[in-house]
Amino acid sequence: MSRESTHVDLTGDAVSRSAKERGVWLLLLTCAALSVFVTFGIIGTLLFDAIDFFTEVSPVAFFTGTDWSPAIKPYSFGVLPLVTNTLLVTVLSALIALPLGVASAIYLSEYASDRVRSVLKPGLEVLAGIPTVVYGYFGLVYITPALDVVLPVSTFNALSASIVVGIMIIPMVSSISEDAMSSVPDSLREAGYGLGATKFEVSTGVVVPAAASGIVSSFVLALSRAIGETMAVVVAAGQSPTMITASNVDTVLFNSIQTMTSAMIELGVSDLSGGTTAYKALFAIGLTLFSITFVMNLISTLVARRFQEEYQ
Amino acid sequence: MSQETISGTDPSPDADDESLISPSPGADAVGHERTTGEQSETRTVVETQALDVYYGEERALQEIDIEIPAEKVTAIIGPSGCGKSTFLRCINRMNDLVDSARVEGELLFEGKNVYDADVDPVALRRRIGMVFQAPNPFPKSIYDNVAYGLRVQDDTENLDERVETALRRAALWDEVNDRLDESALDLSGGQQQRLCIARAIAPDPDVLLMDEPASALDPVATSQIEDLIEELAQDYTVVIVTHNMQQAARISDKTAVFLTGGELVEFDDTGVVFENPEHQRVEDYITGKFG
Repeated sequence: MSRESTHVDLTGDAVSRSAKERGVWLLLLTCAALSVFVTFGIIGTLLFDAIDFFTEVSPVAFFTGTDWSPAIKPYSFGVLPLVTNTLLVTVLSALIALPLGVASAIYLSEYASDRVRSVLKPGLEVLAGIPTVVYGYFGLVYITPALDVVLPVSTFNALSASIVVGIMIIPMVSSISEDAMSSVPDSLREAGYGLGATKFEVSTGVVVPAAASGIVSSFVLALSRAIGETMAVVVAAGQSPTMITASNVDTVLFNSIQTMTSAMIELGVSDLSGGTTAYKALFAIGLTLFSITFVMNLISTLVARRFQEEYQ
Repeated sequence: MSQETISGTDPSPDADDESLISPSPGADAVGHERTTGEQSETRTVVETQALDVYYGEERALQEIDIEIPAEKVTAIIGPSGCGKSTFLRCINRMNDLVDSARVEGELLFEGKNVYDADVDPVALRRRIGMVFQAPNPFPKSIYDNVAYGLRVQDDTENLDERVETALRRAALWDEVNDRLDESALDLSGGQQQRLCIARAIAPDPDVLLMDEPASALDPVATSQIEDLIEELAQDYTVVIVTHNMQQAARISDKTAVFLTGGELVEFDDTGVVFENPEHQRVEDYITGKFG
């Protein structure tokens, strides 16, 4: 091989370009860092004020107390009623949204013709675009009176709120799950059909397990949304923190409750002045709520990773 | 490219190939005429009469007449787009899954037209197993993959035993028997394809359809699959589509040559097709003048 021959000019404009590259790098880094920075800022604020709160109310009293009465004497800052009420709405709405969402996703991905899907999927996604306060009033004005015909519900009740939150999060479950199912390769469906499986058997026995990690992610996102949902719950479920115990577990559904987010709204808009314990309680609840969703996200990451390991 | 030279197995067709698995008595010369028990007339399992397939307006197969013999390997060869996969997928009605596909004419399985209105494709596919071009194991355990067909067919008696039998026949048992509960996706490509074969034969179908089963595999894995196919043909009717002519010559008893336009040009004993084809076009194709 001869090495001499022509001298190719390969210098290019690396010098001027590298300055530009560095500029772009800096800009992108700033954007990425900004959101992280803001997140830490928010956590810092929450922590700072929550710690202040915990100097006035002991964490034990806060986390184990069963009475929430921040504005009316005798003051009491037990967060458990709010936590249990939030969990009640979350669990009930999940009971509605997860099966319906997955069933819709299976229909859209496996059964619907292209034409039907092209109408139905955007239609379902519109549900996600309706303002949550509208859902709240829909619960209060239509669902509660309808329930009232057969169940002993009061004007504000946990059941209506859970139903509207459930409806609200269906599109999240169905849309993400449908994406996951659609990306399951056709070769797996063919393998199923080739072995004499029916459409239903292929859908539930092959496609759903293969899309498990996406479906689980959709569940966790939907649950986080339900936990954090505020307006719909304030409007439909009212603002009566109710400690759920063995004695009222059968009736609590039909009565007014108050979730963590709802309590925060009440504290935020009330005429409490800045320095009071009740005002600082806002941050303690916020921190609790954040911790719960943080743990949820952590679990979802772990679960998704486990499924991914097995299925990829 | 010749697969054997790389894999190191014996390249000579008459010196013979089933050695790896079990010695089969009185087997094969060039034409691979298998002399099992009664060597007299062979039974026809699948037969077509004027079979046409259309995808929308496009005609994919024209007037196919063919009789596929029982317990033999029938190879279907031809250039890309000649309709060989389409033909294979007609046999177990996998073309039903393609909206635009339309089938005319008759395809008789054990004398019954599978396109009759009273035929349930699900029931048909339980009698006709299929192995696909690329390995497509389910994202489940090895055991669950093999058991899948039996489970959907509600035929789970002696499940463990039958899973083991299928894996043994697919020459995979020794490699996986200590890790049946591990994910099938952890297997190598060749192992995955043998798993797919085990999965297809576990419910004990009458016919095994194979759509270029070795095209995604390396030469060693390919040669294992080929050995396996010859072994399986002792009990199953195997119909294999391949783009690899040496492969067809090595493993099949009968060869059908489809040429562009979806036409079945020649169908005869493999030895005849490869050594003394009736049609010039087939000879041109086989000798590599086109295709």
